Amino acid sequence: MTAAATTRAKPGVPVKEGSPLLELDDVKMHFRTKGDGLLARGTKWVQAVDGVSLTVQAGETLGLVGESGCGKSTTARLITRLLEPTAGKINYQGVDIAHMSERQLRPYRREIQLIFQDPYSSLNPRHTVGTIVGTALRTHDMVPKSGELKRVQELLEVVGLNPEHYNRYPHEFSGGQRQRIGIARALAARPKIIVADEPVSALDVSIQAQVMNLLENLRSELGIAFVFIAHDLGVVRHFCDRVAVMYLGRVVEEAPRDALYEKPQHPYTQALLSAVPDIAVVRGVPPKTRIRLVGDVPSPVDPPSGCRFRTRCWKAQDICATQDPPLDAKAPDQLVACHFAEPPTESIVAEPAS
Amino acid sequence: MTDATTPSALPQGGNMTDQTVRAPQTVSRTPKARNEGEEAYLEVTDLHVQFPTADGKVQAVQGLSYSLPLRRTLAIVGESGSGKSVSSMAVLGLHDRKNTWISGSIKVGGREVVGMTEKELMSFRGAEAAMIFQDPQSSLHPYFTIGSQITESYRAHNNVSKRVAKKRAIEMLGRVGIPNPARRVDQYPHEFSGGMRQRAMIAMALVNDPKLLIADEPTTALDVTVQAQILDLIADLQRDFGSAVVFITHDLGVVAEIADDILVMYAGNAVEHGPVDKILGTPLHPYTWGLLESIPAVSGTPGPLHPIPGSPPSLLAMPSGCAFHPRCEFRERVGGDLCRTLKPELISRTADQGRTSRCHLKEPDKVFETEVLPRLP
Repeated sequence: MTAAATTRAKPGVPVKEGSPLLELDDVKMHFRTKGDGLLARGTKWVQAVDGVSLTVQAGETLGLVGESGCGKSTTARLITRLLEPTAGKINYQGVDIAHMSERQLRPYRREIQLIFQDPYSSLNPRHTVGTIVGTALRTHDMVPKSGELKRVQELLEVVGLNPEHYNRYPHEFSGGQRQRIGIARALAARPKIIVADEPVSALDVSIQAQVMNLLENLRSELGIAFVFIAHDLGVVRHFCDRVAVMYLGRVVEEAPRDALYEKPQHPYTQALLSAVPDIAVVRGVPPKTRIRLVGDVPSPVDPPSGCRFRTRCWKAQDICATQDPPLDAKAPDQLVACHFAEPPTESIVAEPAS
Repeated sequence: MTDATTPSALPQGGNMTDQTVRAPQTVSRTPKARNEGEEAYLEVTDLHVQFPTADGKVQAVQGLSYSLPLRRTLAIVGESGSGKSVSSMAVLGLHDRKNTWISGSIKVGGREVVGMTEKELMSFRGAEAAMIFQDPQSSLHPYFTIGSQITESYRAHNNVSKRVAKKRAIEMLGRVGIPNPARRVDQYPHEFSGGMRQRAMIAMALVNDPKLLIADEPTTALDVTVQAQILDLIADLQRDFGSAVVFITHDLGVVAEIADDILVMYAGNAVEHGPVDKILGTPLHPYTWGLLESIPAVSGTPGPLHPIPGSPPSLLAMPSGCAFHPRCEFRERVGGDLCRTLKPELISRTADQGRTSRCHLKEPDKVFETEVLPRLP
């Protein structure tokens, strides 16, 4: 943070010494929609992401959880700069990439890669696997033309596919194998950070575990940082060092994994965790306290005043409607945005009986 | 457009939340013990479902048998292609009869479904058995109001006026927890949120008081907090209506919460069947072990996952013997190449007669205790 000297670690990507790998500072993404009806007046803004600040250190995995519509996928698209934010800063190694042009972004595209949710629609059905992975190599000039095939085969082997299958088409592979192709494509550019948007949620349970183990190995061997987005809280707990919980475009709680799962302080995190059906109950573990939220997430076009969760919160008081709670440290390293944050009084996840 | 957006216009006091928010509560549910001699409402015997295709015969279900009395919930668990949905669609006669070959027997309330004419099926479906589908977005017709879609089903089975039918639709929407049903009944599916659409689907399925409800992954497309609401609702409705419920899912956590019995399917076969606390507590089939080892939990100590190697077989080319043997780590324990050559029967393998599994492995309960249990996540 002290020295503002800009060094060039790799061609084209300046690094500001001492800054984290990725830092989102009050990032906002508002989409414009048309009003209702024929004679609609004025435009409305969907506040998909509204003031998100996150930090990812090199080699770290940050989990993003939340229900559909909370803005986690939009955040993924902002980090990878598939979208240009309405406001805020996206610092990559200390350099703001939020409003860079396509040309300026080119070297960053190499370092920040994305893995998609649906392995069926994210691979071009008319290209062979060799072409799909090879295109990523060629785009970023990773290897000379003569070494391309060898590198493709290496990558296929890394993700657990048969390297001889480089001339096959995506439809010849199963869902789990296709997801591995998507991972190989992301790895081709030797990224420093991979944004994985629900990478295992379209897969069957046994295949899901295989892909998670693969990602786990890649992380420990290659030291790639991950932003891991999932709605499955068990998967996120398994994979991430730190977890941020989003609700209606904002981060409501962020903490190291164990603190978040064992002592969640925000009512929404507590409700979310307690709603997960836990298989442990059949093994004689005492049933947990259930918090049942009623109703749906409000529309991001017209979010509630003050705390956005107050319309579904059982702790809500008058102050929640008037004052927006800031994301403050309520415990060491644990940031919570709630006026009445406290650890749960009863067990909300099933604890082992011992 | 939705109710949820209305409170946001003005800052309001905390008391506005009175109707919508409940304090945390402890929910505990114990699976019902099976009573001896309870009459089965749904009885499936030796069901085979095959689809002839250009590449050969797809054997989607191969000899499935189970029975389910009223007021009980059976969970059918398995990965995609295991035959869980195909077998349940056969119960309602939903398969295209030209391209499907079904044998065996399916009795619902004593009536045989296999071989029913289309006309008989029309009066059977909806009235005696109904289905809730996974994706409420594509299972509701976008051109018709929610109300008209519910009344259509009601009037097909009851000779009543439109007005009476609409009253019934409003009553059902209220029953499944949709706020302001009298206004909602005239709205279109796109005006409902995902959770509300699933509630409307449930209202539509239950409008004729069916005694058998088949729910095909009803919560897979929903968020966890909404899933919890829908699971509560289905359990509530089952208690009130006294129906038998077949719940198809791949989520073992959901099974632990909602089911009395569980049937684990793999590649068209039932591999394990019995009460839920026993099957999930001390499973006896290597496939069930593999499933349990693949699920990262939200509680306990996080450990490494031990996924099942490989992927499920193609239904066009089934492995010989036990369908699971190419992926099974215990096949070496069984002598004489038995797993590769002989398909095991679904019988009870231990002293406990209330449960069955399809595996050659000797003393599976001891293997589970000593080798599998210590490495469960």
